[in-house]
Amino acid sequence: MKVDPKAIEEAARELYIRALKILPPDIKDGLARLTATETDRTARGVLATMVTNISVAEDTNNLLCQDTGVPIYNVTIGRGVEFDGYALKQAIRRGCERATREHPLRSSVVHPLTRRNEHTSCGIEVPVIHVDFSEHAETLRIEMVPKGSGSENNSFLKMAIPAEGIDAIKTFVVDCVIAAGGKTCPPTIVGVGLGGTSDLCVALAKRAATRELGSRCSDPEGATIEEQLSQAVNRLGVGPQGLGGDSTAFAVHVELAATHITMNPIAVNMQCHSARRATATFTPDGVSFGF
Amino acid sequence: MAHYELKTPVTEEQVRQLRVNDTVTLRDTLFGIRDATQIAMFDRGRTTRFDLRGHAVIHTAPNVKKVEPSAGHPAGYAPVCIGTTTSERMERFTRPLMQKNGVRIIIGKGGLRADSLAAFRELGGVYLAIVGGTAALETTWIERIEDVDLDDLNPESLWKFRIRDFGPLLVAMDSHGGSLYEVVRHDVDARRAQVLASLGVQSR
Repeated sequence: MKVDPKAIEEAARELYIRALKILPPDIKDGLARLTATETDRTARGVLATMVTNISVAEDTNNLLCQDTGVPIYNVTIGRGVEFDGYALKQAIRRGCERATREHPLRSSVVHPLTRRNEHTSCGIEVPVIHVDFSEHAETLRIEMVPKGSGSENNSFLKMAIPAEGIDAIKTFVVDCVIAAGGKTCPPTIVGVGLGGTSDLCVALAKRAATRELGSRCSDPEGATIEEQLSQAVNRLGVGPQGLGGDSTAFAVHVELAATHITMNPIAVNMQCHSARRATATFTPDGVSFGF
Repeated sequence: MAHYELKTPVTEEQVRQLRVNDTVTLRDTLFGIRDATQIAMFDRGRTTRFDLRGHAVIHTAPNVKKVEPSAGHPAGYAPVCIGTTTSERMERFTRPLMQKNGVRIIIGKGGLRADSLAAFRELGGVYLAIVGGTAALETTWIERIEDVDLDDLNPESLWKFRIRDFGPLLVAMDSHGGSLYEVVRHDVDARRAQVLASLGVQSR
């Protein structure tokens, strides 16, 4: 299968706008689940407003949240897919820029020192583009995540040591959720990266924070700890928007990698209740959009 | 827990009657302000031609569309999506915003800290919580973008919105030392040890 950069550009444009407007069904289900069990009156009101907002966005064809985020594109290339890698990256960048200009969208991206905004949602190394490979034949998948800053500003890394053990992991995650309070727009998905090197650990946390609700860590030990932490953080009482209640997180997700004998790295990255993502899948039959 | 319908600008007396857990719906005018706007105003000495005395500001940077100026779009901007950002980054600007510009109401998400609470008490101000991430809904409460100042900072300009029934918003910090965020923080800290114990953590 050959992939035309023009089709990638169109998909990259469409994905940014779709992600900002249509919340994935697993997140909608997550809000319904939390609403059913929430015992705090203020918190129930906050959750109801979040649910109303989803219908207003759909009815008015508007963005769910004003934060257009930092655009992230995760590209997964299957076997037997022919492509020009450089052209693919350029096409994603053009699509991202066109979405910003043509919709129009607020460009939330600035130079880190001059703070200059090019009004394109693009800049040095942005959009963030990750490329990975899969065994799926004749398939190219692009996932788009507009990562909002309220949650992204609450990102943490701790290079714990082996002597601190699993207790350090549990304590750090709980303390990060407390420190984040209402700033992350809870209920959140708390993404936890364990192991690897410092950079890999942070990348794993982001992958965990943007994983579909209901999915589990593929490592059985990781799956156990994410289940324990999911229950624990919802006993803290931070609640939706930090105003108190049972619904602090949809879930805690864990992704892990092997690490060094002397290391015990822990990273936390959070995703807000407007946990937006969209995907485009290219096959020989054409392109289809989903979540 | 009372509900108030307030037309801006408001008086100190109107603000001081508000207590945490009351709700407020605002009418008339609302100003949009953000990190860069306040860095410009309070760190770099820039001034605004807007009179903010007694007014409400919302922590925002909107999605807008440039259009030909008209009666419906007097500033040459049409609103696309207007929402609210995390307030705490702007904690240190609450006091000068009230002292120098006379602002009485701050709307935001996630809450503000001790110095803002003290400023609300000393100067007569209030923090109204909006539900963050519900911008599609908020946009329906905005009638038009009436004016804009410091627009070289776009999208973090100082925006003047004409609003219709903006709310209900929750009084989360009042002028009597009340803060829902402080109450929640205190409760959460008290639960921490128990939560860690339930996870089997030995040394806490």
